[in-house]
Amino acid sequence: MYIKHLAPTGEPTERGSDQGASRRDVLVIGAALVGGSLMVGCSPADIMGAGAPKHDFGAFGPFIKIGADGAVTVMNKHQEMGQGNHAGLGAIVAEEMDADWSTLKVEQSAANAKVYANSLMGVQGTGGSTAIANSWMQLRTAGAAARGMFVQAAAASWNVPASEILVKSGVVSHPSGKTAHFGELLAAAAKVTPSASPTLKDPKNFTLIGTDRVRRKDSAAKSTGQARYTQDVYLPDMLTAVVAHAPRFGAKLKTFDATEARKVKGVVDVFAIPTGVAVVAEGVYAARKGRDALKLDWDVSKAETRSSADLLADYHKIAKGELTPADDKWASFTAKGDASGKFDGADVLHASYDFPYLAHAAMEPMNCVAQVKGAKCKLTYGAQGHSLDQMAAATVVLNLPGAIEIETLFAGGSFGRRSSIDSDFVVEAVQIAKHVGKFRPVKLVWTREDDMTAGRYRPMAHHAVAVKVDKDGYPAAWRHRVVIQSFAKGTMMASMMVKNNIDATTVEGVLGSPYLEATPVVDAQVFTPHSPVTTLWWRSVGATHAAPVMEHTIDQLAARAKIDPVAYRRELYRRAGPAAARHLAVLNLAAEKAGWGTPLADGWVRGVAVHESFGSVVANVCEVKLVDGAPKVRKVTVAVDCGVAIARDQIAAQMEGGTCYGLSAALYGAVTLKNGAPEQTNFDTYRALRFNEAPVVETHILPSANAPSGVGEPGTPVIMASLPNAILAATGKPVSSFPIVQA
Amino acid sequence: MSIELEINGVKRPVNADPDTPLLWVLRDELHLTGTKYGCGIAQCGACTVHLNGQAVRACQTPIGTVGAAKITTIEGLGGAHPVQAAWVKHDVPQCGYCQSGQIMSATALLAATAKPTDEEIDAAMSGNLCRCGTYQRIRSAIKDASGQLSASADATV
Repeated sequence: MYIKHLAPTGEPTERGSDQGASRRDVLVIGAALVGGSLMVGCSPADIMGAGAPKHDFGAFGPFIKIGADGAVTVMNKHQEMGQGNHAGLGAIVAEEMDADWSTLKVEQSAANAKVYANSLMGVQGTGGSTAIANSWMQLRTAGAAARGMFVQAAAASWNVPASEILVKSGVVSHPSGKTAHFGELLAAAAKVTPSASPTLKDPKNFTLIGTDRVRRKDSAAKSTGQARYTQDVYLPDMLTAVVAHAPRFGAKLKTFDATEARKVKGVVDVFAIPTGVAVVAEGVYAARKGRDALKLDWDVSKAETRSSADLLADYHKIAKGELTPADDKWASFTAKGDASGKFDGADVLHASYDFPYLAHAAMEPMNCVAQVKGAKCKLTYGAQGHSLDQMAAATVVLNLPGAIEIETLFAGGSFGRRSSIDSDFVVEAVQIAKHVGKFRPVKLVWTREDDMTAGRYRPMAHHAVAVKVDKDGYPAAWRHRVVIQSFAKGTMMASMMVKNNIDATTVEGVLGSPYLEATPVVDAQVFTPHSPVTTLWWRSVGATHAAPVMEHTIDQLAARAKIDPVAYRRELYRRAGPAAARHLAVLNLAAEKAGWGTPLADGWVRGVAVHESFGSVVANVCEVKLVDGAPKVRKVTVAVDCGVAIARDQIAAQMEGGTCYGLSAALYGAVTLKNGAPEQTNFDTYRALRFNEAPVVETHILPSANAPSGVGEPGTPVIMASLPNAILAATGKPVSSFPIVQA
Repeated sequence: MSIELEINGVKRPVNADPDTPLLWVLRDELHLTGTKYGCGIAQCGACTVHLNGQAVRACQTPIGTVGAAKITTIEGLGGAHPVQAAWVKHDVPQCGYCQSGQIMSATALLAATAKPTDEEIDAAMSGNLCRCGTYQRIRSAIKDASGQLSASADATV
């Protein structure tokens, strides 16, 4: 999510390195902005960590704690919001330490950018499917250093050479028969100076990583109601707050009358905050009743008043050059060869795609517990963008970002939403707690309706593609226009995410596509119109539209050429060269495992797609049947190359979940505007994939010795592409508008 | 106004108006936080509890309508319930937020139907949303808990 692919200057994305394409393109997005400008000479972590209290992390450093019983606790600097990172992060440490996996625990770390920055972001935060990737060397080193301390301690204690010491499952031993567990050697080991560059294991000697023993650490807590989420925080004297928000984007509060609201039993206070009117009460039910009793008057003079159909019509006009809003200009992100020729005639395929706004709709609506007294501020919640939230809260209470204390809880899903660039719900909680004061805990609760209508949507998008084919039916020239809102421009992230007027997230996946690599002439441009509707990264970000556009265009080209879609891709990957080696490998694996080309009965068809995002390449083959015109997906065979597979079962879980999330959006997902107001407010109108609609997802992991890359997001966009391809196979008609099932 | 509710085998007086949804009494007054708020309109199932063994949505159950019915929440299952054990065995949860509700729907199903068919599982579980997409593991866990799991039904690696 914070991730960014690079430099849209016309060169193809660098790829084919040992970690895959975007690995080298992944740039740090440190929101190192103070007063709107980048502070030169300070690292983002220095800025975001300024004011942090001094921590004594103990002998084994900030990531490892060891109990008297020898059990190891790994401190997780990331948010666990479903992606299962406890398993992988814990296993990395346990592997290098030779610790006892069965007793190893994972706990949330403090928020402190100086110590816990995401090494791919520069500040503390979880996103871009980087939790494992950025921790890989950090935690291996920490684990190996800790192991070395125990080895040294045992060698000294037993008066034997360190080279003869063995460590297994938290037990240190010597062939002479001496043994001791970590707990017994703890005091001595803690006195050993850790090596700054300990010897890491040769991956072929791994005994835990990649085995079926690496399982989730939190399943029991999450199967008994004991896992603690923001919603579950109850502190002494705590108040509950709800907020009456603007009815449409860009509206401002004029006046309000709280007379009736204040009469509701349990309502403690009602006051205006920058985002609306806060009702503070003794519980959710009273707060909601109080809010219902408010009389509100909004100034809508600067609000969005267009409907989705109006916006889309504008996007189409922009793509055709018939409309050029003054707030942006076209930017070229890939250009090669002479594209001045006309894109018309019998050898040209035209494809048009429309994508709606999407709500993240995590099961736990946004919420945050805040306590404020003067400049002192503590936040207790499912924090995802720790440093950004610290900076935003610090701005409200006038303190240094590192001084904002965060206690991180589990998040009931996020899919990008909890890491909001402007920390919207966090700032709202801090504003209310500041008004309440006295360090009294205030739990801001958003209702589902608040959550769904608050924006920060996956942006609407329109792609217009024209492809001229060669005599064999393969792309000879590719013209591509993208019209989409940018959520980075004009924000504190702009200096890191926007280069040459191109917000990388608007073009990623088109930029760097192996199909453009294989095409001699390319003219690809993007335009980002403005709207008061707020948008944000949404699980897999640009890939949510780039994957279906590129992959469905390929299947339409293959159909025109009367070439099998898998064979057609193989030829394009051959033309793209080494850059597409991993694409070819996962395509072949998925096709083989899915029985591509073998007959299916009863109207079932297959669709295939391949897409790279966040350093991983995923292919899938779905089996689809149209039942009364609506697609039913029964099985999805996934092949993934994510580098070294640490937690195989959790990689599979992310492919299963990512596929369902993408399928839900492709089939049903849409927030539409009517006169500027969202029409969907809850799950009765924002349809989400249900149990009886979920396919069986079968995951196959490509063996790899490369460093690990992400799995939280890369599974999502591929089903959004293979499903339209299956529908094309079934009907002969392309999909041009999402969601596929219109309400 | 005090109303007495029997929750997980214990009679508890609560101070809330009769129109207050059971969900908010469980959470805000009794701090039984395993039962979750997800939508408030009986669309997501995160607040599923048992009322005399039947799965109901606590967000749409005013406490004034409960009477002497026995309420069971996720906390009342005890943690060692075979369905909970199957959930852990299959590593069903991702974010975990919906899983209390999923488990309450599953346990009600299995209490009524020891070996449900796929269609019966669909019918019982389709009211519970999971945005993480843990559905296929939920199906595996239900089949495992009901002694119906064959090796091929578990599609994970």
